[in-house]
Amino acid sequence: MNNDGIVWEVLNNQFCSFKVKTDLGNLCRHPYNLTGRCNRKECPLANSRYATVRETNGRMYLCLKTAERAHMPAKQWEKIELPRNYAQAVAIIEENMQYWPNWMINVCKQRLTKITQYLIRMRKLKLKNKHTLVPIKKKLERREKSREIRAEAAARLDQSIEKELLERLRSKAYGDQPLNVNEEVWREILEGDAVEAESDVTTEDELEEENEYEMGENGKELMHAFVSDDSDNEDDGSGGDMEDLLDISDISSAEDDDESVEEDVSDDELESDNDSSSSSSDEDRPTKSKRSADSHPRQKPSKRSKKHGPRVEIEYETEAPTRDNMLTNW
Amino acid sequence: MSFSASEIKNKAKRGEIYEKQRIAKGKAKRQRRQELKKEEQDNPELREARLRENVPKTQENTREFDEAVIGEADEEVAQDEEEDEFASYFNGQAPKVLITTTPNAGKKTTSFVKELVSVVPNLEYVKRGKKFELQQIIEFCKRREYTDLVVVTEDHKEPTHVTLIHLPEGPTAHFRLTRITGGKEISGHARATSHFPELILNQFSTRLGHTVGRMFASLFPQVPEFQGRQVVTFHNQRDFIFFRRHRYVFRNSKRVDLQEIGPRFTLRLRWLQKGLYDPVNGEYEWAYKADLETSRRRVFL
Repeated sequence: MNNDGIVWEVLNNQFCSFKVKTDLGNLCRHPYNLTGRCNRKECPLANSRYATVRETNGRMYLCLKTAERAHMPAKQWEKIELPRNYAQAVAIIEENMQYWPNWMINVCKQRLTKITQYLIRMRKLKLKNKHTLVPIKKKLERREKSREIRAEAAARLDQSIEKELLERLRSKAYGDQPLNVNEEVWREILEGDAVEAESDVTTEDELEEENEYEMGENGKELMHAFVSDDSDNEDDGSGGDMEDLLDISDISSAEDDDESVEEDVSDDELESDNDSSSSSSDEDRPTKSKRSADSHPRQKPSKRSKKHGPRVEIEYETEAPTRDNMLTNW
Repeated sequence: MSFSASEIKNKAKRGEIYEKQRIAKGKAKRQRRQELKKEEQDNPELREARLRENVPKTQENTREFDEAVIGEADEEVAQDEEEDEFASYFNGQAPKVLITTTPNAGKKTTSFVKELVSVVPNLEYVKRGKKFELQQIIEFCKRREYTDLVVVTEDHKEPTHVTLIHLPEGPTAHFRLTRITGGKEISGHARATSHFPELILNQFSTRLGHTVGRMFASLFPQVPEFQGRQVVTFHNQRDFIFFRRHRYVFRNSKRVDLQEIGPRFTLRLRWLQKGLYDPVNGEYEWAYKADLETSRRRVFL
């Protein structure tokens, strides 16, 4: 029915939709073409005896053209699946193409080699992570940049760190003989405790107890303490917010900022005297400081009160004059 | 008859009157303040009362109610945290941390990494080759019993992201890294010593925040060397995590002085994955979306 010679005459001299003409020669787009060249010998349409190796979905097939089924183009290619094993696949090709032209067997084997190699490479690449480019969004960056600066100002990092360190020191988180404190300062703190215990200032005492961390056996616990987050409220008196705080009725005070600076300074001095008392007043408020939490389950504030236990046995009791000094200063 | 200065058409005259009004206003204010000050000097209770009432509104104290915020001594949370991935660290396992970068890291990135190496004890820097995927590196680290893996990612030769992977079971956190200042760029900076630093984790209030805070904590040795007087701070404010390192000295019982050692940088959580790093099948515990940012009074950490 199909005469190869006539088919080639038509394809070559009239029209072939698979033909691509280039400067170097004619090429063929037909998917079953063995080499991709367009000539009489390698044309899949004009040869009733033709074979090729193809790959679909990661599987390789040896495709053999069967002349008997030429009238059913969809079924005319006999497909034989080739195993993944290269040697076995070669054996199958040799078996099925026993009396075929040598050049065709060779080219089929070459195609088999090429396909095996690219399948191996594909599988390897699939195992690797794909690198995706994640855009850095300019608008988000810009917005976050300004918010970050404002957040940093609100954080008052230095003050909050200082506060936390002092709290640790006062709550004896550094142990009984701390290595990071000057001896004099440590004595001062111990004396402060004694004065407190004697004068029985209840509010101060409560404040201390609230702040006190129960110590772990060797100071492990304190390192991962999370700190309450309303530092803003507690730092009331120190500096920057004086302007706002002093304005009771008049909120828009931007006009005479320069004049208010001097006053702020004097107010600060005043404030520093009242520091301790104002901090004790914090206790009255139902603050969110209750929100403070530890990474460790923080144990309940220790019940060992300052009037009992080791505090009584400390030897500074003899140093009467300094204690008096402290009392008056308090 | 009262009239407002803005009705005056003569510009010079209008300006003049505005100026007068401004000065008068300032004067009145100053006077009021002086009176207040005098009054309060006589009886300080007034001042206390005023300060107590006059709390300025901030984003922090008008924060939206959030169920995830953990109250003090929350037993459920405490129990959960006893059994989470960081439990082994908090039970005394020493941290062993590896840090690496993306392949072909630039100078800025490597110098940032070197700064980090000086901050975190037991931190080991390994140069990243092209050969291995991050997931393979995680496996290597697990085999060598590292407890954490830090990867610094760069873009246009600038470090932009930090991925923190807790081993062997996760979680994995990915942060945006901004505003890096090296220690030497800070004027009047102190020098670091090799003592183990103290750690301050400020304001990590929610469950997510606690997870992130515990992640940071588990990078550092459990017992600090106090004689070094070095303190490392992770301060969370409005979801920005500020990193600082200082040397401190207690001047007296009320005053402590700080000297910054550096570096400083800011982190912002982009996502937190439950297990180890897995870009394809990973389960995201939390991830940043633009939709989440509908209010400034809502924070997640």
